This record gives sequence, C-alpha cells and structure tokens, in this order.
Amino acid sequence: MSILVNKNTRLLVQNITGKEGIFHTKQMVDYGTNVVSGVTPGKGGEWVLDGKIPVFDSVKVAVEATGANTSVVFVPARFAADALFEAADAGIPLIICITEGIPVQDMMRVRNYLDQKGVRLVGPNCPGILTPGEAKVGIIPGDISIPGNVGIVSRSGTLTYEVLYALMMANMGVSTCLGIGGDPINGTNFLDALEMFEADPHTDMVVLIGEIGGTDEEKAAEFIADRMTKSVVGFIAGRTAPPGKRMGHAGAIVEGGSGLAVDKIKALQTAGVKVANHPEEIPLLFKS
Amino acid sequence: MKLHEYQSKQIFAKHGIPIPKGRIASTAEEAKHIAEELGKRVVIKSQVLVGGRGKAGGIRLAKSPDESEDIAAEILSMEIKGLPVRKVLVDEAASIDKEIYLGITNDRAARKPVMMASAAGGVEIEEVARQTPEKIIKVHIDPLLGLRDYQARDIAGCIDLPRELWRHFGQIANGLWLAYTGCDATLAEINPLVITSENKLLALDGKMVLDDNALFRHSDLADMRDLDIEAQSEIEARKYGLSFIKLDGNIGCMVNGAGLAMTTMDIIKLYGGEPANFLDIGGGASAEKVAAAFRIILSDPNVKAILLNVFGGITRGDEVARGILSAMNDVKTQIPMVVRLVGTNAEEGRQILAGASMITAETLVEAAKKSVALAKGEAVQ
Repeated sequence: MSILVNKNTRLLVQNITGKEGIFHTKQMVDYGTNVVSGVTPGKGGEWVLDGKIPVFDSVKVAVEATGANTSVVFVPARFAADALFEAADAGIPLIICITEGIPVQDMMRVRNYLDQKGVRLVGPNCPGILTPGEAKVGIIPGDISIPGNVGIVSRSGTLTYEVLYALMMANMGVSTCLGIGGDPINGTNFLDALEMFEADPHTDMVVLIGEIGGTDEEKAAEFIADRMTKSVVGFIAGRTAPPGKRMGHAGAIVEGGSGLAVDKIKALQTAGVKVANHPEEIPLLFKS
Repeated sequence: MKLHEYQSKQIFAKHGIPIPKGRIASTAEEAKHIAEELGKRVVIKSQVLVGGRGKAGGIRLAKSPDESEDIAAEILSMEIKGLPVRKVLVDEAASIDKEIYLGITNDRAARKPVMMASAAGGVEIEEVARQTPEKIIKVHIDPLLGLRDYQARDIAGCIDLPRELWRHFGQIANGLWLAYTGCDATLAEINPLVITSENKLLALDGKMVLDDNALFRHSDLADMRDLDIEAQSEIEARKYGLSFIKLDGNIGCMVNGAGLAMTTMDIIKLYGGEPANFLDIGGGASAEKVAAAFRIILSDPNVKAILLNVFGGITRGDEVARGILSAMNDVKTQIPMVVRLVGTNAEEGRQILAGASMITAETLVEAAKKSVALAKGEAVQ
C-alpha cells in the first residue's frame, strides 16, 4: 500500500521525447512503472523505447487511446503552465510536475484552475513520487530505498535522496516518498500529504522534510498536534540561511521575519515532532 | 529582481497611473536642467535599491535650479547602506494632504495575489503593519478573473477615500493590477499614493520586484537589472546557471540541489564551522559548470577549505569529478578539499579523483567534521 502512485498507475509522460523526458521514462520503465503513453506536440505517431511506448500530439488523444490516469510533466518552464492546463482539461486526475522555474503568476492561475476542476497536482519543481517496489513517477533514483512503512514528504530533491539513503542504510523501508517541490506556489502541500499518510494503513510513521520560506510547516505542525496518530520525525533545512536571499528554490526565502527555520522547528517540536539536527540522525530518532 | 523607483513609476505611468512630472539624472548639471524645465520646487531622490533613503538624507527638497544642482551633487556623491548613488530622480514637488498605501503581492498561503491598502500610508507603513495590522485592508484577487471594479470600490470605501475620488482610485488600482500581471511582478507598490491639496491622486513613490523565473518573456525589463546590489561572484555564477550566495565563513560549499546545499551549510555550522557560501550546481551539472563553480568559490580569499557534497541522481558523480579535475588544472590551489560522492556513478567519480590528493568522506557528518578541522588548520586523514 501507498499513497497516490502504485501498481495501478497508468502513467503518461508529457514531453516524452525531450532529453530529460526520455531519459527518465527509461528509468521509470526499468523500475517497473506502467508507462502507457507519452505526449509531444508535433510528434504524434512516433514510438519511443524500441517501439514500446506510443507518442501522441495531445493529452486528450493519449488518454482516450491508452487510459492514462496519471501524468508526469517534463515540459520546459515557459510552456509548462499550458501543459498543466491541457492535462487537467483532458481529465487526468493526478498530475506530477517536475519542471523547475515556472513563473509564479502562471502557477497561481494553474493552481486555482486545477482546484476548481478537482485535479490533484504534485509539484512543480519537485522530484516526483516513489512507491518502492511498485511505481516510480519522476526522477527519484530507484535504488536508494526499499519497501516499508515509512512515509516521506519533502520540499526538496537531493536532500530527500539523502534521507532515503540514510533510512535504507538503517534497514528502514518506505511506503511512499512524495516530493512536493520547492516553489512558493505548489499543488499538494504538507497538510494534504500528512492526511493521506495518516489514512494509509501501510504507513506507520512519517518523515517531514521542510525548509525556510512560507508557513506550510507551521500548518503541518498544527495538524500533527490535532489529528495525527502516527509518529512524525522532522527536518528543516536552512538554519544558516541569511534573510532576504532566495536559497536556490524559488520558495526558500525568509521574508519580513517570516519563514525562519527556528520558528518551524519550534512549531514542530511543540506538536510533539522529533526534529533531527541532520539527515543521518532521522533513522535514530524513530528508534529512540 | 528589484526595479528602481523611476523604473517602476515609468511602468505605472504606462498603465495610466498619474506620477509627478520629472526625469532621471546622472549628474548635478542634468538635475539643474530638469529643475529649470519643471520651473517649480523639486524633490531630488537618490535611486538605490535599499529602504530608508529619506532617513539617510537621500531624498531632499530643492527650491531653485541652483539649489537642485548643489543637492544633486551631494546626493550623487553619497553611499547609502553601502550602495553608491549613481542616479537621482528629479520630480516636481507635490503638496500633500494625505498619504495612502496601495500594493499588490503574492500571498503564498492563499495561492492568490492580494491587494493591500491603508489610509495610513507613507514611510511608516511597515510599522503600521506590525503594530496595527487591522489598518491594512487586504483583498484577494482571483488570478483567473483579475481585479474586479467592485473590489477596488470596496477598498476605496474601507480606507475612507472621499467618494469623488473612487472612480479615479479604481483606475489606479486597475493600472497597478495590469502593471503587476503585465510585468510578472511579485510586488507592485505605490507608497505613498497621495491626495494633493488640489484633491487629486498622485503616485509619489513606486516599487516593483519582478519574478526572475518570468524574465524570459520580459527581455526589456531584464536589462534594467542593477548589479550594484549583487556580489561580483553572484553575477559570475548566474552566467553559468549556478545558484550562488556569498556568506561570511571560511568553508566553501559545492552541492547539487538547493535543499541539500542548505543542509550542508547547516551541518558545517552544527560542527563548529562557518560556511563561506551557498552553492547549488543544479541537476545534471556538466563538468564545465562544476569547474566554474570551483573557480567562483576559490575567488573568495576567506576560503580555507572546500566541501564538495554530491548526491547523484540526474547529476553524475563521474561528470562532477571531471569538472573538479579540469578546474584544479586551471586554478592551482593549496586549499584542501573534502569530497563526498554518493549515488549515480559515484564509484567512477571516486576513481577519477583518486589520483588527486583529496580527502574523502562516506557520510555527511564525516564530511562536515573533516572540513571544519581543515578550515582550522588541523591535519585530517
């Protein structure tokens, strides 16, 4: 069991013929993910990966022909908003957007439109979702985790890999690892992920990896205090980040005294969350 | 990316927002000419991208063209909070009855733009926001619908604007919305928007911050970037698509991924060291990019040790290792380096670096401890 993606995922890859798109499609297929089709406007009718996966001109046609129920988006930033609108209009209920650097006003329009349609978005600027042993949607390396009962939700990419690796070294497996992305305006947030993990019978504990900027960790802390029965371990990146500077991620910025790491850590601790000093400490905190 | 006051106001004017008559000057002479043309009392305003210009003496009133020249000369020779004043805006002075605040920004939590207004505008607006937040009216705007006229009227009513000004206020609010969306701004602000003694609305000061990710569709605006507020190393880094922020410590950091880069800084601090920078080489970094990153770190004379932490996913360990080697051939350095490679092609990367005398680490903790020791001049195996 897991959240969002599993063996029943029928995945469509938007911009499947791009450099990143085709590279990661191969990785996802090799992992065992059921990739049913791809879309690249102008390349409909072609096949990729030795004729295994058909390419279509539009998401609508791809969905009709192959029954895709999830889309992963590798479309470049300047065209990404359009790709997200297209997937939503074609009736895809779950969209995972890997693309980094989408203009924030585009994302506000996308998010508000998708909310009205009841479409779930993960990302953008995220590594995707990995349900070990079942499906890998996005770019998380498949060989750094094993199936298990730890749920992970994170705003980061390689930092998440670091945590997966540390858990694997401690012989701890993962139910689903969910990257929600480092942008200021995203789809699925900590709160949504915690709700899903709380409801998932095969997740027994959760790692929450946050960073400076915004107040989503504080809201997550409230939810954990009020509603969460499963144990949560947290980590917050950016204790040493100077205020007013954007730390790589568009959303990682301390503005007007808001978004500080210390405040997030305090909020989580008050909610009963053990907060790790560094990623390699996370497995130890579950065992302590 | 921040715009100067004069740039923001020019954009506002294009969208029908009334601004004072005035022009930009780089010399005291030019300032005098502008004051002569305007033929009235003028305000000489330093154009630097920091707050508190007025308190620093960077905004002053001049009664005559000669006085304008003197004041402009003084202001143009100033530094405000470390930034040189290169230009002054010479604006016709306005007679002010009342100062209003009007701005639009992105509300992260609501995932919508929010228009903010206050009858208590002026230099103390941040104090107002802290002490009496109820005096700031906030109205969320549906990004799919845009600002509606009724919303602007509601705001005008809430800030007790005289009814005869509502219509004009609506045009200004709409103009600000168009400036904000048209430029992909993350902040567009008029402070103060004044009611003059002739009972007219006028945008005396303006501020815009643009979304760096949207500059690809605004090349005209991208050219307005003021490089004075950025460290030379940060400008250099941007050329190579590297995300770099200079800090005050002595351990240079090179990491792939923003979250891991912050974590690497944090763990250095945790073990008693001080990071010299934030540096994310990004996903799929090429050898060339890595070499550029290496040179940028070494250009900081404070750096006593370097920590390279790469968790390979899209980024390949061998590619990173090749970049390091080529940079080391380029820039001969005695600065010791700790390397931690994990993930995709990490083993190949380690082999490539085996010949170069580098200290390796298996875990993040080990890497941090070793680099802290090296920065203190201690010997490390």
